[in-house]
Amino acid sequence: MANKVKEPLIHITRRDAIPWYKSWGYRAGAVLLSMAVCALITVLTTGENPLSVFGTIFDASFSTQRRTWVVFQNLAMLLCVSLAVVPAFRMRFWNLGGEGQILAGALATTACMICLRDALPNGVMIPVSLLCSIAAGALWGFLPAFFKAKWGTNETLFTLMMNYIAIQLVSFFIIVWEMPKGAGQIGIINQSTEIGWLPAVAGQKYLLNIIIVSVLTVLMFIYMNYSKQGYEIAVVGESVRTARYVGIKVERVIIRTMVLSGALCGLAGFLLVSGTDHTLTTSLAGGRGFTAVMVAWLAKFNPIWMILTSFLLVFLDKGASDISTNFGLNRSFSDILTGVILFFIIGSEFFINYRISFRHSAKKEEEKHV
Amino acid sequence: MFDFFLTFIPRAIIQGTPLLYGSTGETLTEKSGNLNLGIPGIMYVGAISGVIGAFYYESSLPGPEAFNGALAVAITLGANLLGSLLMGLLYCFLTVTLRANQNVTGLAMTTFGVGFGNFFGGSLIKLSGNEMPYLALNRTSLAFRTPMPGASTTGWFGQLFLSYGFLAYLAVILSLVAAFVLKRTRVGLHLRAVGENPATADAAGINVNRYKYAATCIGSVIAGLGGLYYVMDYASGIWSNNAFGDRGWLAIALVIFTIWRPNRGILSAYLFGGLYILHMYIPTGTDLAVKELYKMAPYVVTIVVLIISSIRNNREKQPPASLGLSYFREER
Repeated sequence: MANKVKEPLIHITRRDAIPWYKSWGYRAGAVLLSMAVCALITVLTTGENPLSVFGTIFDASFSTQRRTWVVFQNLAMLLCVSLAVVPAFRMRFWNLGGEGQILAGALATTACMICLRDALPNGVMIPVSLLCSIAAGALWGFLPAFFKAKWGTNETLFTLMMNYIAIQLVSFFIIVWEMPKGAGQIGIINQSTEIGWLPAVAGQKYLLNIIIVSVLTVLMFIYMNYSKQGYEIAVVGESVRTARYVGIKVERVIIRTMVLSGALCGLAGFLLVSGTDHTLTTSLAGGRGFTAVMVAWLAKFNPIWMILTSFLLVFLDKGASDISTNFGLNRSFSDILTGVILFFIIGSEFFINYRISFRHSAKKEEEKHV
Repeated sequence: MFDFFLTFIPRAIIQGTPLLYGSTGETLTEKSGNLNLGIPGIMYVGAISGVIGAFYYESSLPGPEAFNGALAVAITLGANLLGSLLMGLLYCFLTVTLRANQNVTGLAMTTFGVGFGNFFGGSLIKLSGNEMPYLALNRTSLAFRTPMPGASTTGWFGQLFLSYGFLAYLAVILSLVAAFVLKRTRVGLHLRAVGENPATADAAGINVNRYKYAATCIGSVIAGLGGLYYVMDYASGIWSNNAFGDRGWLAIALVIFTIWRPNRGILSAYLFGGLYILHMYIPTGTDLAVKELYKMAPYVVTIVVLIISSIRNNREKQPPASLGLSYFREER
């Protein structure tokens, strides 16, 4: 009795855990494929040959020493924000407010540098503005967390709206502190006295930021994987009910983790204002709060892998922006390329998590069993 | 006072219409369980696709007298629908077929969409040889902005109700239709079932993936119209990069404000539109800084509404239960 059952052409099953080198192989494959597509798009829009396009991408980061420093500075800042959002995401708390938390920290630093410049010596100023920026970032993280913990308020939109409140606050203070009056910008703060500026280590203005973020990366790795609090975060993220059952105070974990997340973003704001930019603009955060979400997610929330993913994004962004200037395209070209690469990496997760088998291969298996 | 409202309300409605499109589209999408954070990007892509269509139509004409308003509108709308439909398909392919994380996919789509809009916007500005950083499509925009008949002859009534282009009315009609479909039809019932509990819906014989695809793609197309309305009507056919701003995010926030009911979206969108331009009507004298604080109004109101609605925690007023989760039949 041949009972004919219609079998679908493609059958999808969940994979068991696959070894890390295989999963990273898939991701690397996705990146290579996306680079090929990006090269194709670039060739189509510019008419250049693909090799010179790749050359431009590489040169953008490594042709001069200065450029390499800039890449590492950008890498450090993106990594810092990504480290900040990781604990929140591990907890399944969608902190899309990185942008606002950075700006809050940056605003606090700027306020200290402007209002206290005549009162404090440099040695006191830096710790004071550091503390203020961390406190401001933590406050920006605390508000959505408090309401989430108490009443389950949707954190995705709450944190998103906090971004715009921070942006408007910053533009308010930019007008209050503008130099000269009517310019609509603050300009370099304390240019002559350099009060509140982080010192340059070994003559390199970016080195201190890079060192701080490297230390943070290691600390965050330890915190997430080997501390009690990190474990609590992971349990809350997997299942709130399990966490309650084993006696974890979920509300406290949510608030504590978001305060930490906001505080680190605030620190990033401090590093940006005090360490490198020495000024405040509404675009200071530069979309890092959103890019950090993708950096953290692509690295599966592992701080060490995040070095790699944030390097990839910074490297490609620099390359794409150089392509756009070299070939007379506009700056947004890099956003398109970044988007394409992200789509490929996002799509590759499917092939890591699922196995696809076609109809004929299923039949063959049957024959084997017979 | 009456005169004030006569100028303020139409402007609030014009401001609110893109938000209304965005929130109607996003509500449909969310009802199928997809939280599409790519809406801001989709609105950009929709807008620029329409602009590209209009630009090529206008520049292909031999002279100004050959301009055909109906044809221009049709081409622009067609390009717009195609652009936002493709974005919707991309989102569905990644999140429904490949079951990727919805938040990450959405954010990537917003990065891509805003970049896409600004890139092609910038390129068109270059092509048009304009020295200012914008592109003007006056004739197509005029066709979009043609008010209803009788707008100028019926006094205040015409000014309040008849003075808008057809897209403003379409937004209201679409949200009413969406509300009706969701609440009163079998298709709407199935869609809500998919968003609440896809496993149950699947067991009842509803094709979950088909509903997710359809709702998300229709939602994207509707949201894309919002982008088009912004360029062609609100901005009078002038495209300048980044002008659309954060309206896409506000549209997503509006969905919560309306507790997932498109018909409530109409007045809420106009209210948000009013809040958005409130700072222009509050006299602050020469103090420009305070104006920046007034611009916070829509965001603060959104947060307050979020908090209040979560504190009241009414069972009727919750998001679809499986919002943000992808569905895989073999995994329960």
